[in-house]
Amino acid sequence: MNLPGMLTPDIGLIFWMALAFIIVLLILAKFGFPAIIKMVEERQQFISESLTNARKANEELASIQAKGEKILCEAREEQAKIVKDAMATRDAMIKEAKAKASAEGEKLLQEAKAQIQVEKENALREIRSQVAELSIQIAEQLVMEQLKDDYKQETYINSLLDKIEK
Amino acid sequence: MIHNFLRYVVYSVVAFFSFSSAFASGKQAAEGEIDVKEIVLGHLGDAYEWHFFATENVEGTIPLPCIVRDEETHEWKVFMSSKIHEAMEHGEANYQGFYFNEERNGKIYQQLSDGTSVRPLDFSITKNVSQILLTSLILIVVFLGCARWAKGHNSKEDAPGGFVGMMEALVMYLVNDLIKPCVGEKHYRPFVPYLLTVFFFILVSNLLGLVPGGANVTGNINITFFLAFCTMLAINLSGNKEYWKEIFWPDVPVMLKFYPIAIMPVIEMFGIISKPFALMVRLFANMMAGHAIILSFLAIIFVTCAMGGWMSYVVGGGMTIMSFVMILFMNFLECLVAFVQAYVFTLLSAVFIGLSHPVHEHKA
Repeated sequence: MNLPGMLTPDIGLIFWMALAFIIVLLILAKFGFPAIIKMVEERQQFISESLTNARKANEELASIQAKGEKILCEAREEQAKIVKDAMATRDAMIKEAKAKASAEGEKLLQEAKAQIQVEKENALREIRSQVAELSIQIAEQLVMEQLKDDYKQETYINSLLDKIEK
Repeated sequence: MIHNFLRYVVYSVVAFFSFSSAFASGKQAAEGEIDVKEIVLGHLGDAYEWHFFATENVEGTIPLPCIVRDEETHEWKVFMSSKIHEAMEHGEANYQGFYFNEERNGKIYQQLSDGTSVRPLDFSITKNVSQILLTSLILIVVFLGCARWAKGHNSKEDAPGGFVGMMEALVMYLVNDLIKPCVGEKHYRPFVPYLLTVFFFILVSNLLGLVPGGANVTGNINITFFLAFCTMLAINLSGNKEYWKEIFWPDVPVMLKFYPIAIMPVIEMFGIISKPFALMVRLFANMMAGHAIILSFLAIIFVTCAMGGWMSYVVGGGMTIMSFVMILFMNFLECLVAFVQAYVFTLLSAVFIGLSHPVHEHKA
């Protein structure tokens, strides 16, 4: 039987094929494929880690934003409260100041009134003393006029004495 | 622009082929009938030299070393195949007793002193062997190159591009989409190097076989036998208890597996052989057929042109153009087949290996 060449068993060809294939297999199994697969798997792991990290970072960012929002909100509330307080305080102060001022005014008025009273009394007293002095002077003048002659003096003294005696 | 250029190239090639073949036919016709079968089978078979072309003056042939054992003295002899040709040209019948037996596909035979001729042990670096060595070299260079790239770069900073990236994508495609699902998530790791090596070995061999002058390595039964044998070893040496139980004690009535008709173990044993046998024949037949078709179309050119007379120019020219178109088509198809056959061999190997690790699924 004469088979075509490619169908004929050939020990030599099988031997070389086996040798070459086994050497290639050993070399590639040791140094070739594991390195490539390892590289890809490391990269895959890295990518998935990066994705997880990115997601985490996003979540964190979102939470931080929410926190910021909250803080801002609180701050606004606080501000409103502070403003309200301040306004209340201001109003209270104004009110107090007004009350104080009016009280002060009242007091000043009272004092002024008292002063005026005193001044008035003083003036009255002075006027009175002046009036008295003037009356005395006038009376003196009058007396002096009336008592210019001795007779008159005597009569007057006598009348006075009479009075005293009485 | 490119379209016009391509058309120009195709026209020139066709014209070149028709004229040269018509010219060649004149010579061939003078020498006699063309033996298509011999041309095709000769190109499909192995050879002791790498033959590219031949004109009347120049032989485009690279002689390859022959390594044979002298069957009388049991000594190993190493010589170039050209030595035998030279001896024959000088009128001698053989070189140190060795000659090419044209009746036995041109293999080296030894003329013994008692007049009989035997096939000596032959470990020659034939055309196929040298292409296997070339394939091995390509694989080692390519993948060690990729591995070197991987070593030289931080996997967290760089991703390969270009050729390394392509090889990486191909390797990972095979690992993730073929080996992992077919062998099974649990056991696939130890088989990855073997299956990848098989795939790339077959792929590179197939593609080199398509290059003009390339040898028909994967279309040789010895090669596919070896590859199928390796897969058989991988299947059976890695088979777990479940696998062997399925073979010797499957879930069938006892009378079918023990007594009186122990047919199931026989069928299962047959399965052990038939799975790798199918692998062997599939790859061999596909690659051989593809080469045979291309060679046959090529032979049509010479057959029609060798008819002689003015007819050879008309019919030969027409057939040349047609054949050229068909050869072009077949070559594109074979590029696809080269990949598909490598893929199928790896896929089926992976599936068979996966079957030898059955998961507990029966007796639900």
